[in-house]
Amino acid sequence: MRSVNLNFFYSQFQALHDINLEIESNKITALIGPSGCGKSTFLRTLNRINETIRGANYTGEILLDGVSVLSQDVTSLRRRVGMVFQKSNPFPKSIFDNIAYGPKVNGMTAKADLEVTVERSLRRSALWEEVKDKLQKPASALSGGQQQRLCIARAMAVEPEVLLLDEPCSALDPIATLKIEELLFSIKDSTTIVIVTHNMQQAARVADKTGFFMLGKLVEFDRTETIFKNPSKKETEDYVTGRFG
Amino acid sequence: MRHFTIELEELKTKLLQMGGMVEAAVHRSVRAVVERDVELAKKVREGEGAINTMEMEIDELATKLLVLQQPVARDLRFLTSVLKINTDLERMGDLANNLASRAQSLSKLPALKLDIDIPHMSSLVESMLLKSLDAFLRADADLAQDVLMSDDEVDRIRGEAYGEIVAHMQANPSDVQAGVEMIFVVRNLERIGDHATNMAEDVIYMAKGVDVRHHAKTSV
Repeated sequence: MRSVNLNFFYSQFQALHDINLEIESNKITALIGPSGCGKSTFLRTLNRINETIRGANYTGEILLDGVSVLSQDVTSLRRRVGMVFQKSNPFPKSIFDNIAYGPKVNGMTAKADLEVTVERSLRRSALWEEVKDKLQKPASALSGGQQQRLCIARAMAVEPEVLLLDEPCSALDPIATLKIEELLFSIKDSTTIVIVTHNMQQAARVADKTGFFMLGKLVEFDRTETIFKNPSKKETEDYVTGRFG
Repeated sequence: MRHFTIELEELKTKLLQMGGMVEAAVHRSVRAVVERDVELAKKVREGEGAINTMEMEIDELATKLLVLQQPVARDLRFLTSVLKINTDLERMGDLANNLASRAQSLSKLPALKLDIDIPHMSSLVESMLLKSLDAFLRADADLAQDVLMSDDEVDRIRGEAYGEIVAHMQANPSDVQAGVEMIFVVRNLERIGDHATNMAEDVIYMAKGVDVRHHAKTSV
């Protein structure tokens, strides 16, 4: 997936300036930067979630497998490019129904198929052992960390090619955070992952590549190790070492 | 100024203090050899404990900052370089101590008539150490690169000195003991130069993020 000369506007306000970024398949890409730098806006353009905001528009292109995301049916695009948000948002349904929802919308009806898909998604999200005996319980009864893993399992149930995560661990304790990070490692063989995070240590731990955004511009994009050991731009160095501002 | 920046400055000052202590130890130990000054040699040996204590203090402070601040980028490169330079300085202190010990032994033996310019070799080595410390202070990769170039000259002098000492021992078997001591003197000086070279390589890494070890002639 990649963006080409992407300029994004909220009405008159330009939130992104000429972003050219190639997201490598089956790798974890982290986007870091101060609040308001455009990293979440960028993430949200990738599966056209931003379209729901009045006045939002962009120039340039976002390509998935070389095809503009605008030329694709939005439902099928979002099946291919899933998303998990900062605050876990399970549906007010059972654990089972949360996971089965996406596959059902995409035409899976046989109970046996749904059961297989639900178990596989929960296993992949490292949640199966914790919930296998209470699949019919409401998802809201799970802990915060479990709810977030459920949301990842729900996104994974439709087998997306790309998974976008917008600060998925900012409300979680270190143990729940570690579980999510391990989960990301375990799914990256089949899924391309883009994660927006304020936690630079998290970016350093999980990401293969890291992009640093500031004032709507992509300042630097490189191997994560380079960004945190020897960044080439002074702005990046000032930000990662806490000298920013 | 940020608290972390102040702590980094403190660490830098401490490492430079240690550098000064080692510089003095090297200078005095060479003088003790050349001038057959046992009192000076004794002073060097008495100072070794202070260098060792300093090494541990620097290690502790650097490790504390690594753990508590989890630094990245230039702060991380600075801290890892400090830890390595600290080890090199302590080893130089050991070598100065060993030189002082040779001075004590040599003072009990007849002076050798050798055509080896120990003061020249030591001034080269001392200048390498001084330049490495200066390069560290200024994070100056170009100055550090100069140090790498000097190491070849030190190695050349060592090679010549070995040949001279061995020939002298063959011709004068009664001087074998003093000759062996002199081989150690030359060897210790050359090793101090090697540690100064390591320091210079660490400074280049610290300043530029480039690893030049094991191919020292690579330009920065």
